[in-house]
Amino acid sequence: MSALSLAGLQAGYDPDLPIIKGVSFNVEKGEAVCILGPNGAGKSTMIKAIAGLVPCFGGQVRLGETDITCMPSHLLARNGMGFVPQTENIFTRLSIFENLQIAAQLLPKPERAGRIEAMLDMFPDLAARPRELAGALSGGQRQMLAAARALLTEPEVLMLDEPSAGLSPKLVGQVFDTLGRISDAGVTLVLVEQNVRAALTLTERALVLVDGKLAHDGPTDVLHDGKFLGELFLGHRAAEATR
Amino acid sequence: MNPQAIIDGLIAGSTIGLGAIGLTLTYSILRFANFTHGDFLAWGAYLTLTVAGVLGGLAAGLGAPVYPFSFGWGLPLAMLGGVALTVALTLGLDRVLFGRLRARGADAIIIVMASFGASMALRSLLEFIFTAKPAYFTKALQIAKPLGLGMRATPDQLLVIGLTALLVLALHLLVTRSATGRAMRAVSENPSLAGVYGVDVGKVVRVTWIIGAGMACIAGVMAGLLVQIRPYMGFDLLLPLFSAAILGGIGSIPGAMLGGLIIGLSEAFAVQIIGAEWRAAISFIILVIVLMLRPQGLFGQKEA
Repeated sequence: MSALSLAGLQAGYDPDLPIIKGVSFNVEKGEAVCILGPNGAGKSTMIKAIAGLVPCFGGQVRLGETDITCMPSHLLARNGMGFVPQTENIFTRLSIFENLQIAAQLLPKPERAGRIEAMLDMFPDLAARPRELAGALSGGQRQMLAAARALLTEPEVLMLDEPSAGLSPKLVGQVFDTLGRISDAGVTLVLVEQNVRAALTLTERALVLVDGKLAHDGPTDVLHDGKFLGELFLGHRAAEATR
Repeated sequence: MNPQAIIDGLIAGSTIGLGAIGLTLTYSILRFANFTHGDFLAWGAYLTLTVAGVLGGLAAGLGAPVYPFSFGWGLPLAMLGGVALTVALTLGLDRVLFGRLRARGADAIIIVMASFGASMALRSLLEFIFTAKPAYFTKALQIAKPLGLGMRATPDQLLVIGLTALLVLALHLLVTRSATGRAMRAVSENPSLAGVYGVDVGKVVRVTWIIGAGMACIAGVMAGLLVQIRPYMGFDLLLPLFSAAILGGIGSIPGAMLGGLIIGLSEAFAVQIIGAEWRAAISFIILVIVLMLRPQGLFGQKEA
């Protein structure tokens, strides 16, 4: 059974000018998928539409058996969808612990403390100073906190919008190591990423979006050839590459 | 200089501070300057007066003053009813006006203008229903008792200061220690992200209106108890309320209270030092100075 499926999704900010123009794909349970594409292809818009932050104008999004099309973001979180936005993905004026406490409100009361403790165990950098304001964290630590927050509720699907954005190469390595552990634990991952090389190390399947349409859906190994990816980005291979 | 200005300032500052708390919360969470907030104070006072009248009709003994205060048990009971009715008024206004504008993605300036119009409508309606003639919760006379150092205050005035301190402490604990408070702070910082975290932003908005309306009603009752009730009483307090909220830092409850006390004390000292005609100008002068020197206020945070 698919963990996440899209069928002809149309989304954007103006119904007359949709940015996502009828995208369909399935993500299987436990799979790690990256969404690639040139700037302006609509990657972030699509992931935000799935996360309930951008209006959908047509098509359907399903999380497992549940139809989550146009569902408000707070209900998505309750239905097992974890989403980490690209920027402004933590509350900087709240402490690290408070950031985790807010997410933990979705869990039954007896489980909350244990899950927060489990996240602090998973991310030792955060455990060292849980009462510190999250705004004092470095870029990499912020991504860790954002991931910890999203994982705290044990989502069925975790979506991340460019987790490497603005990070140094060393921090990118740390973030992707963490994502690798999360994927190994069986969490379904959907990753939007501009850093193609980093994304291809983590995922076994790639979706390439060009001008709001799916130009490629297949294994990542063929994308290690930069020329193939370049042609996809320019739209020259869209038809024959789609599985 | 007469030290009585300190007591006068604390009493005026208590009312301004409580009113400013509601204003600062709606400003930080709903992101607009709500001009109707002053009218919520006036409506709160009149609604409480109405409930007190009904209770007095049902049980005459409730109106008998309870020593050492000038009012009986009917007033605190009526205030509970007044708070409930003021909350219903604000939630209703949000549903028919502000909520619809938010849902349409209206700019903040449109919502501010809508609140300005709603403020005039609410004030006129109040005048239409209750007339412009001042009303009173009690007409009992109270003698101010000496407090030492040349200061005097009536039991009602001391009660107002004590109740304010208690309410501010309770609200501060709610916002800093409870799940509701954390959700409010989260929505204040980033409403979209709060939704992603699983926070029901609509519920937080309703809680904010409830707290703001409750505080406005209590502030209105306090002002009405110590002075008088008039349809324009909230409008006259609007500038001090905004000054206190901005001085304290938008979103900060202790800041709004401290801002209210500073405005109240400044007004009281201005009356003594430069004359009563300057009282109204003090809030404006403080507002301009804060906006020029420290626009984020005493406890506010700079925009990133």
